[in-house]
Amino acid sequence: MKQEIIIAGFGGQGVLSMGKILAYSGLMEGKEVSWMPSYGPEQRGGTANVTVILSDEPISSPILNEYDIAIILNQPSLEKFEDKVKPGGILLFDGYGIHGGIKRKDIEIYQVDAMDAATEMKNEKAFNMLILGGLLKIAPMVEIENVILGLKKSLPERHHKLIPMNIEAIRRGMEIVQKII
Amino acid sequence: MNEDIKLMKGNEAVAHAAIRYGADGYFGYPITPQSEILETLMAEKPWETTGMVVLQAESEVAAINMVYGGAGSGKRVMTSSSSPGISLKQEGISYIAGADLPCLIVNIMRGGPGLGTIQPSQADYFQTVKGGGHGDYRLITLAPSSVQEMADFVELGFDLAFQYSNPCMILADGIIGQMMEKVVLPPFRPRKTDEEIRAESPWATQGKRKGEAPHIITSLELDPAKMEENNIRFQKKYKKIEDNEIRYQEYECEDAEYLLVAFGSAARICQKVVEVARAEGIRLGLLRPITLWPFPAPVLSEYANKVKGMLSVELNAGQMVEDVRLAVNGRVKVEHFGRLGGIVFTPDEVLQALKEKIITQ
Repeated sequence: MKQEIIIAGFGGQGVLSMGKILAYSGLMEGKEVSWMPSYGPEQRGGTANVTVILSDEPISSPILNEYDIAIILNQPSLEKFEDKVKPGGILLFDGYGIHGGIKRKDIEIYQVDAMDAATEMKNEKAFNMLILGGLLKIAPMVEIENVILGLKKSLPERHHKLIPMNIEAIRRGMEIVQKII
Repeated sequence: MNEDIKLMKGNEAVAHAAIRYGADGYFGYPITPQSEILETLMAEKPWETTGMVVLQAESEVAAINMVYGGAGSGKRVMTSSSSPGISLKQEGISYIAGADLPCLIVNIMRGGPGLGTIQPSQADYFQTVKGGGHGDYRLITLAPSSVQEMADFVELGFDLAFQYSNPCMILADGIIGQMMEKVVLPPFRPRKTDEEIRAESPWATQGKRKGEAPHIITSLELDPAKMEENNIRFQKKYKKIEDNEIRYQEYECEDAEYLLVAFGSAARICQKVVEVARAEGIRLGLLRPITLWPFPAPVLSEYANKVKGMLSVELNAGQMVEDVRLAVNGRVKVEHFGRLGGIVFTPDEVLQALKEKIITQ
């Protein structure tokens, strides 16, 4: 089993750290993982993306031309990556960042209103974990126990008190994700 | 899960491996995309544990000359930088080669020429394996293609450097430096004691003892006859390295009809190309030079008798392809495919190039 995933959005949305938590969770699950960021002169408000691969086999290229799953968090990223989802693949988007315009009919499309939910939770930092919850609901590639371990590994110890909040956001994301096509 | 398995960037792996290897000193100056090497060393504070010195120099030129000094005293010392910074170090590298000294240099390449871009590139191949600095010298050059190899080649690089008393370079790029993968770090080894260094490197400048002649380390020799002798000694050493230290990896080469030749990050992408091509029924293999100097020319020469064509796939305008052509010597078609200036090819671009340039020709 191999999952080739692109996560793309604005810098500051937690794109790279979400990828990191997913990669760490895969590591805890005993999978082969690779995490390849776009490392340009990105900053808050610029675009950022990361390719994460989780696989039972050794991983060849960390750089891909098509993906099983695209997590799209803003309009420019939709334009860049919509065509690169494999036929039959998955596109997951945040309803606040994307205002329609998705053309593909040969893939599964899911929406998770993470920005709204984060506002509801009065915690905008929960945004990327809500998205991760949505992903894990529709493509359960790692066990939640391993996500907790992954969070412990990827967060500095002073932030470990935030892990319960992160898990709550992941569970909330699992509840609110909805299938569009 | 094995607790020793970590997830980290290639740059971080270099830093951790250097501490664990028992390196004596690191001298560097920050530049993207390799700054995590210095940052990780500073965060780990090895001067408090192993006694390793970590110093941010005032410039790349200062850093390489600190390496020159450290190497002259028999210490295991290293520096790292990215392309423009490595250009600045070339004078020092030539001096170190001219003084017969061992050290480790890490180049996490970015797109050039000039200040260029911070995105990955392999355009420093010529600079690394054909000179860079002045004079008839060679750099042992290791090209890692995974985070694990970034860790492993610190040890290998230092060991080769000391075995042959020659500078060694790890030549990687922004992809290998920035990506995170699983890595098993080597065990901690103690740093060499002064007595061990004295025994291992009797030439080292460790302070003159009573009755001992001073040790002088220099690359200067104004008598051309003696300078020629020095050069002949260097060439003998290089020949020995060429005879003994070629390293490469074959991937699906056994029944290959066509061969990709690629190193470092490009070789990772080419592994995927081989997977896709094989699924289409194309008998494609990949030969990955691990040492760029000494170059695995004898192996490629053998493959020239077996395959119908080779594509040298590089993140540059065609550099290693010249060495592939020299090895093959006209027996089969050898072409180059690359992207330039920090753009990275995708697997499908490479496969398309193979079909256009090699298979349909």
